[in-house]
Amino acid sequence: MKILLVDDSKTMRNIWKKVVLGIEGTEAVEAGDGVEGLEAIKEHGPFDLMLVDWNMPNMTGLEMITKVRETDKDTPIIMVTTEAEKPRIIEAIKAGVNNYVIKPFTPDALMEKIDETMKKVNAG
Amino acid sequence: MGVDLKSQIDTALIALFVKSTKNVLSTMIGVEAKVRKPDLRNDLQPTHDVSGIVGFTGEMTGSVIISFHEETARSLVKSFTMEDYDLKSDDFADAVGEICNMIAGNAKKDFGIDAGISIPNVVIGRDHYVTRLRDVPCVVIPCVTEYGEFSVEVNIKKVSPVAV
Ligand SMILES: [Mg+2]
Repeated sequence: MKILLVDDSKTMRNIWKKVVLGIEGTEAVEAGDGVEGLEAIKEHGPFDLMLVDWNMPNMTGLEMITKVRETDKDTPIIMVTTEAEKPRIIEAIKAGVNNYVIKPFTPDALMEKIDETMKKVNAG
Repeated sequence: MGVDLKSQIDTALIALFVKSTKNVLSTMIGVEAKVRKPDLRNDLQPTHDVSGIVGFTGEMTGSVIISFHEETARSLVKSFTMEDYDLKSDDFADAVGEICNMIAGNAKKDFGIDAGISIPNVVIGRDHYVTRLRDVPCVVIPCVTEYGEFSVEVNIKKVSPVAV
């Protein structure tokens, strides 16, 4: 499984990486903002899953996801963010995220959301 | 001047920061933060040497500073990242910034208004000064952990939504 990790915090990307690399046969590509995220898709895509932060410089996660969904309706996207207000979550779902993880989270909680998302996608 | 800032302290708002600080430290770092009685700050100097600053936008203005004793920051970052970063490295600042980002964001979710947060800034060094809103109390929440002390310094106020 090839996973794209987009967060402006390298610390956070490392935490995600430890979780996803625990899944057998996983490869992770990192990006530090929405612009880099879109570039990574062009260069290394397609991905099987994307984890995307909301608050980032240059291009937010929400803007990036909106752009991705213009051409790609299928790749599962999990937003992982401190943005936890209901209107924000609704905004993200409208933009096309498949699942949502609120920071702070435990590695187990993130893994559960990844499992849940992939199961739903694979079930069609 | 005769403005009584102490009477303007929004205790419900301060409680949200206490809750989010405890939540972030216990969930992400596995550390319990004990909180002492909050107090007003009058000067511009944060309590400690390593400060993460997050600004608020939208219907909230001002900022929150999370100021760590150097050794506290070093130990918390080590426990958070499993790495022993140099205090002057970008990686160290990144980890401090992300802790502050989560504390500010986690408090914001319960404001009940439409507010945003800025990308965190991190300042490291003795005797740094941070400007702030003068007409709003700056409330310092002293926190103690097994790794030492830090403080959460809240200087924010609600603003009326601007018609677009
Ligand atoms: Mg971020």
